[in-house]
Amino acid sequence: MLANPELEAECIRRVIAGERHLFHNLIRPCERSIYLLLLSLLKNEAEAEDAAQETAIKVYLNLHLFRGEAQFRTWVLSIARNEALGRLRKQGIRREESLDAVTDDQTGDYTPAILTSWREVPTAALEQKELGALLRKAIEGLPEIYRNIVLLRDIEEMDIRETATALGISEGAVKVRLHRARAMLQRELAPRLKAFAPKRKGLLWGRA
Amino acid sequence: MRIDCKHVWQHISAYIEGDVDSTLRGEIDKHLETCESCSAVLDSTRNVVILMADDRVFELPAGFSQRLHERIDRELQFGGS
Repeated sequence: MLANPELEAECIRRVIAGERHLFHNLIRPCERSIYLLLLSLLKNEAEAEDAAQETAIKVYLNLHLFRGEAQFRTWVLSIARNEALGRLRKQGIRREESLDAVTDDQTGDYTPAILTSWREVPTAALEQKELGALLRKAIEGLPEIYRNIVLLRDIEEMDIRETATALGISEGAVKVRLHRARAMLQRELAPRLKAFAPKRKGLLWGRA
Repeated sequence: MRIDCKHVWQHISAYIEGDVDSTLRGEIDKHLETCESCSAVLDSTRNVVILMADDRVFELPAGFSQRLHERIDRELQFGGS
């Protein structure tokens, strides 16, 4: 998914040294993550796109400040996050609290949806628009602190450490929130997704 | 000590991540062998995780990438050296 870090570092050096057009190649692998994180924070497609463009320009202008301590994409996403927070502040919406505050004090108890007949992943059913819409709606319905985690860890498949760095929270908080988010999604989605499971008159999984 | 279903649910996400120690993993595995409910919860949670990772779930708006790179081009051309 990500560019080879050495090639990436080389590309950064060359952009800074004057081969500016190479910036396109550098930002391309990050643009989906940038947009999805901004959409999650700003909840508006047009504004997320505008903020994504602004983020890319800021990344370009600040490229000489990248020290390689985190992955490039993680650094880029923290710039995207700051861009979103700045915009929310301007709109008078104080969302930093919900983003950063430790609100992980609820108990972890939950009762999952228990469905013994759903074993196969209906990836083929993603061709149907309804399944994608169902997943998006469930993810969008998560409280923000959980949605951001799911977005980076499960949708963009970043690892726990990079997710923590991009969002400016601890790895422990990422794990706790990831667990709660997945539990909420399982409870919400399992009963509905079952309808999309491939129909097999059960030899292997046994339920006809 | 045998662990109960609630205990297993608490560790589902970490279990999927491979982030439980070998003792706990062993206990969970043993529980899953005989508990159909918990293995269903594990399967469905894992299925949800697999589905979310599919790029078709969230797609970029049409033309997003082109507009982004046009904007970058303007910056590269006129944004100074």
